[in-house]
Amino acid sequence: MGQITLENVQKSFGPVHIIKGADLDIADRSFVVFVGPSGCGKTTLLRLIAGLEDVSGGKILIDGKNVVDVPPAKRGLSMVFQSYALYPHMSVRGNIAFGLKMAGLSRAEISKKVEEAAATLNLTPYLDRKPRELSGGQRQRVAIGRAIVREPKAFLFDEPLSNLDAALRVQMRLEVTRLQKQLGTTAIYVTHDQVEAMTMADKIVVLNAGKIEQYGSPLELYEKPANLFVAGFIGSPKMNFMTGDVAARYGAATIGVRPEHLKIARNGEGWPGTILVAEHLGSDTFIYVDAGPIGTLTARHVGELDLGSGDRVMLSAEPVRVHRFDQSGQALRA
Amino acid sequence: MATRQTQLLARTLLTPAVGLLFVWMIIPLVLTIYFSTLHYNLLDSESKQFIGLENFRYFLTDPAFLASLQNTLVLVGSVLGLTILLGIPLALLLDQPVIGRSLVRLMVIAPFFVMPTVSALIWKNLLMHPVSGLFAFVAKLFGAAPIDWFNDVPLFAIILIVSWQWLPFATLILLTALQSLDEEQKEAAEMDGAGALSSFIYITLPHLARPITVVILIETIFLLTVFAEIFVTTGGGPGLQTTNIAFLIYAQALIQYDIGSASAGGLVAVVIANIVAFFLVRIVGRNLEA
Amino acid sequence: MARMASTRRVAISSLAAWLAGFLIFFPILWMVLASFKTELEAFAIPPSFLFFHWTTENYATVQERSDYLHHALNSIIVAGGSTLIALLIAIPAAWSMAFSPTKRTKDVLLWMLSTKMMPPVGVLVPIYLIYRDFALLDSRAGLVFILCLGNLPIVIWMLFTYFKEIPKDILEAARMDGATIGRELIYVLTPMAVPGIASTLLLNLILAWNEAFWTLNLSTLNAAPLTVFIASYSSPEGLFWAKLSAASTLAIAPILVLGWFSQRQLVRGLTFGAVK
Repeated sequence: MGQITLENVQKSFGPVHIIKGADLDIADRSFVVFVGPSGCGKTTLLRLIAGLEDVSGGKILIDGKNVVDVPPAKRGLSMVFQSYALYPHMSVRGNIAFGLKMAGLSRAEISKKVEEAAATLNLTPYLDRKPRELSGGQRQRVAIGRAIVREPKAFLFDEPLSNLDAALRVQMRLEVTRLQKQLGTTAIYVTHDQVEAMTMADKIVVLNAGKIEQYGSPLELYEKPANLFVAGFIGSPKMNFMTGDVAARYGAATIGVRPEHLKIARNGEGWPGTILVAEHLGSDTFIYVDAGPIGTLTARHVGELDLGSGDRVMLSAEPVRVHRFDQSGQALRA
Repeated sequence: MATRQTQLLARTLLTPAVGLLFVWMIIPLVLTIYFSTLHYNLLDSESKQFIGLENFRYFLTDPAFLASLQNTLVLVGSVLGLTILLGIPLALLLDQPVIGRSLVRLMVIAPFFVMPTVSALIWKNLLMHPVSGLFAFVAKLFGAAPIDWFNDVPLFAIILIVSWQWLPFATLILLTALQSLDEEQKEAAEMDGAGALSSFIYITLPHLARPITVVILIETIFLLTVFAEIFVTTGGGPGLQTTNIAFLIYAQALIQYDIGSASAGGLVAVVIANIVAFFLVRIVGRNLEA
Repeated sequence: MARMASTRRVAISSLAAWLAGFLIFFPILWMVLASFKTELEAFAIPPSFLFFHWTTENYATVQERSDYLHHALNSIIVAGGSTLIALLIAIPAAWSMAFSPTKRTKDVLLWMLSTKMMPPVGVLVPIYLIYRDFALLDSRAGLVFILCLGNLPIVIWMLFTYFKEIPKDILEAARMDGATIGRELIYVLTPMAVPGIASTLLLNLILAWNEAFWTLNLSTLNAAPLTVFIASYSSPEGLFWAKLSAASTLAIAPILVLGWFSQRQLVRGLTFGAVK
């Protein structure tokens, strides 16, 4: 069982109030991603759940039991650190076995579990090597192996892929997701990369300055962002925001349209502008349009587009694709 | 990461060290202050009596004190000068690609690890002895009269010995600092057209400013209390020519057994050291922040 | 500015460096040479550099003298004892300051360092009197105690810097793996800290071995380590120079070897982190 609930969790470091009342219900077996800009408190929240920091207020319930006064060693959770934090003086086998050793399992049992975990992660040929003899990707798998072998109530991942190169990151993303589905253990995963968040999560928690802005599935966050922040954070390139008269025509203080939902035409109805830069990626074309008083708009076109810097275009969007926000940034739903 | 569980334990573990050092600091210091207010001679222990600040007045106006103060300043200043002026070029040299660099480093470092008493005796007997020392031999080779080091220029002789011992320290520190000088800075200077000398003056020297300061402060603290070398070679003489403050206090305490005066002198030494220590602690403190 | 040092530059630098190194090392070399001469040759004029009658008789004599061995043993006990005890006190202290720092930690550390900056001569009088009254003069215990206190700040400081270099997330990983504080210390911290502890041990052993203030003033015969023993040869009895050289060479040889290995520790330990 790995059901985790946060009730009004607060955390301050001295006078600085980092986490300002977090409420969250994480279902057993789900893969939840904490995402947000630097300094939003996502790692702090993870560490509070792990027990590596003490809360300043509120409750953390694991399977219904409040663990706020329970030391990390006894919470039954596993953590994969950003730097992997492998024990340099132990072999891969030793690293993976350590937690089981602390739990007092017999030698035979430990051996069996370690071999199983190593097999799952393709680490068997490296069992007797020391961490310094391994590549980044291998070390990362050892860190994961160390976490899974203890069969914890939940996995906690602290930006585990950020030290890998791009190609390896994509590969590991798939492996981690596959592994979690296979094991069925709850996972909480912290990242600043919203692509990782969107592709891996069952549900995403978007954090900003210590507050949970929205908690929902990737598609919910994409299609129905609760406020300006979430709307601008999810989706790349960023959503286009427009204020003033343009927004007023839709009955809102601000409207937003995603670049992929802007229709590009040489003439017709819509918002006129001049292309500043056109980025041709082959698979897509991104154009950055100077739309005068409206500002700069970004539009995406699938495939090649025969337009370039200086060309005049008309950008438009279907009404259902226009997100509306009120004065305070909250989404207006029709 | 200091969760409540570890904080109490941490404080307990710190107590023996803090306690011991505190006792080590306070008790002798308090006693020294106490003794410095007494007229107390170990040979004449009946005459122990309170005389307030008399000892200080006596000590600070004693010509022996002034002489020792001067000697101390000359000693410290000269050793600082020699070790730094020689240390910088040595460090620069050792920073270069040199064949057998490790062995050269070993030779340069060695004097610091030689026992002070052995150092002193090497210089006194084997090198500086006016009759059978090596220097005497070399002087005679060139037709010059050999110098009677410990009679004619005793303080200079001590300065040489102490400088020899501390040169490795200065060199090592400066070498470490040189090696932390960003290679790219030097390359940028080169691209900007700087020659070797300009590079040294405008890039290397400013970078060395801080380590040189540290060397000065640390050497000063340890040089203020040079003792063994004087003890073993000249015993403070001839007369007072090689008596520094440390030796003066020692002589007062364990040769003349004048406890009161020696204590007063001891406090003066502590005050002087504290002034230097203040600056050093500030630099260390700033570094700790980083 | 030396992408590829020209051979000419390397040659000149090497020559200069070797010259400097030789000059600096020369006094020690000279003494070692003297230790292999007969007493007569040791102070003969003109002195000979290499072509003399090499003999090991001085070393034999020194080894036979029971008082040399006695003082060497004292050096070992005093230097070793004081350093080990200092380590025992310092390891927990450094651990607590490195891993459970509070707002006062920095001040405490700086205060500890400042106790090392106190001139020993400033407290010579009370220490001497206390030692006299407690029969600690000329005792190994007395020397061990005072050298321990003298080096304690440096030991704590060095261990603190080494502990700080241990990545804290590895210790957190141990905690997540279910280790209690004790087991975290035993299984993870100590093995990772061993090189740092060894370095600290090494440097302070050297500093204690060479200590020449308290040893000279607080011991005379029984507890006197080699520093005192050699000092007692300070009267210019030329007849003993060769033997003195042999005794001195024996006294400093192990330290020179150890010193070679402690260069980096020297910078770390004695500059109190003011130079990186």
